[in-house]
Amino acid sequence: MDDDERRDTIGTGHVAPRRSASSLAVGRSSRGDVIFRQLARGSGILLLLIIIAIAAFLVSKAVPAIAKDKSNFLTFTGWDPDGNPPKFGIAPLAAGTLITSALALIMGVPVAVGVALFISHYAPRRMAQLLGAMVDLLAAVPSIVYGLFGLIYLVPAMAKFQGLLHKYFGFIPIFSSTGFYTKSLLVAGVVLAIMILPIVAAISREVFLQTPREHVEAALALGATKWEVMRTAVIPYGRPGIISATVLGFGRALGETIAVALVLPITFKVTLKILDIQGNSIAAEIAVYYGDAGKVGRGALIAAGLVLFAMTLLVNLIARAIVARRRDFRAAAA
Amino acid sequence: MTTSAGIAPSPLRSQPLRGNRLPAWSFFAVAVAVFAVTAGAFAVTKLSGTVDYFVLAVAAYVVIQSAVAWAVEGRRHAKDRFATLLVGVAFLVALVPLVGIVGYTIHRGLTRFDVTFLTHSMRNVAEQDPNGGAYHAIIGTVEQVAIATIIAVPFGVFVAIYLVEYSRGKFGQLVSFIVDVMTGLPSIVAGLFIYALWILDLHQGYSGLAGSLALVILMLPTIVRTSEEMLKLVPDSLREGSYALGVPKWRTIVRVVLPTALPGVVTGVMLAIARVFGETAPVLLVIGTSASINYNPFSGSQGSLPVFIYNEAQQANATAITRAWAGALTLIAIVMLLNIVARFIARFARVRG
Repeated sequence: MDDDERRDTIGTGHVAPRRSASSLAVGRSSRGDVIFRQLARGSGILLLLIIIAIAAFLVSKAVPAIAKDKSNFLTFTGWDPDGNPPKFGIAPLAAGTLITSALALIMGVPVAVGVALFISHYAPRRMAQLLGAMVDLLAAVPSIVYGLFGLIYLVPAMAKFQGLLHKYFGFIPIFSSTGFYTKSLLVAGVVLAIMILPIVAAISREVFLQTPREHVEAALALGATKWEVMRTAVIPYGRPGIISATVLGFGRALGETIAVALVLPITFKVTLKILDIQGNSIAAEIAVYYGDAGKVGRGALIAAGLVLFAMTLLVNLIARAIVARRRDFRAAAA
Repeated sequence: MTTSAGIAPSPLRSQPLRGNRLPAWSFFAVAVAVFAVTAGAFAVTKLSGTVDYFVLAVAAYVVIQSAVAWAVEGRRHAKDRFATLLVGVAFLVALVPLVGIVGYTIHRGLTRFDVTFLTHSMRNVAEQDPNGGAYHAIIGTVEQVAIATIIAVPFGVFVAIYLVEYSRGKFGQLVSFIVDVMTGLPSIVAGLFIYALWILDLHQGYSGLAGSLALVILMLPTIVRTSEEMLKLVPDSLREGSYALGVPKWRTIVRVVLPTALPGVVTGVMLAIARVFGETAPVLLVIGTSASINYNPFSGSQGSLPVFIYNEAQQANATAITRAWAGALTLIAIVMLLNIVARFIARFARVRG
């Protein structure tokens, strides 16, 4: 997006005159001005260097490790980088990361959109403000607490539910099971769904609140019921916002570490059977394995981290592109 | 209607202006009926469990209430009722786990949330011992977050000043884009970077400082974004007034712009602190493991509250799990307090134009 364009849209009028004011000041810049300006610019450059350094360091450590890998890094299902010969592959980790995050979206997004509709259009105004603040506050609960809750409460509590899923839907391949129900991809998906709910709900809510009054009133004037107003005015207007919220939630789910590490069994099998005691994720593997890692092992973990970085970067770029297309949502998604 | 009907019977007469609507009491009646019948079903059949009861009863209520609405009010209104019920249920479904987690943490955490827990470390405490505490971890986290804040706040605010007051054209856009990229950076990758740079390449040992450096990377985008938004809200008339008095630009920023935007910036900083206070993954990789009190964040392994919870949670003994819950309660209390204070500052000290 063009820098100038953005200034004019955000400052609602009183930004434009500043340009002339600051150019006035530029004419008489003192030594203090030069130093201050360089400090500000230097901070920007340093920020840029940090990101470049992150990418460069990850690549420089990952490449030698991948070169030592005697198996196919992309397809091998196992993690023995310090063995002889070193063998490790990203497939089970990446698959687990994607499956758990997808499950989180499938379960979390519809509920989050419902919450956003409830707060923005169904609840009484005063109550809505309170509820909105509460959801925001709950977004601040640290991930380790979700992990602890998942491990101690959810894993045993969901055993019965997982059993029922297998009993009644076992004919669908993803619900086939060995009959033991404990840590699984599904449990991790549920924990992630709960974690991304507040953020997706908060962004969707902001977008729904921006629905032009005229659209809503026009629908009401035509005799629409409340649901018809939602379906014809509010949801279509908010669709790009919902999509970008979903993508941002996906990015968050991909990078989540500790909560997932506690509720996944950390195994190396690529499987879609979400009830089985199987599953791992890139971030979880790094957190669990780094302590035991030798020289190649560390490089292997860094290579995994690089893949994760690339995945989240891609997802965030997509979200950014969607947000940029509809300028109105920029403030809500920031 | 009555007068016109008196003169000539209208064909509209048989069609009232409003369709039938369900009276308010009927919702209550249907709800009571459905919950009672479900309770009966649980008593007679082998269905059991509180959670199962509520799930089934609520689902049955949504279906039956919609069916009643269909019969009385017609298809369109039944759809509307169904949607309203679904939205309400979605809200409940979201609220139950979110409030449940906080409630459950308080419930489990209070068992060991005592003076011993807050004033003792885990030195010479075995997994199965009932005593021991998180003092070393709390000290560690507070020091790590404090150092991270000291580094990240001036850095982040200067980047925001650059973006709002100085940047023109391409480089400003690039910096803005970098901030977006950093916002989405997974926390474990930040930890991994410090691990690769600080510990593997620069051969610095595990220390609290290394944890702080990882936290700086995570704090920066939040601080830059919120400060940027606040600086943009400062009205230009203030800047122009200052320039008109012959004040140089940098003094205008320091004496006029920043003080005006201060409450918003403080809110952003506090939210960033709250966020990194509970970060486990990046610190886990770089602070090492320590069960003893280490006040010096610059040398030697240090504890951290989130890492303490993580380690205790993975033990097999109930005493360790209880300590993990007490740690989680401490963490939630601190993070919530930071958030609430930040929101109060934001509410009562808006940028004045």
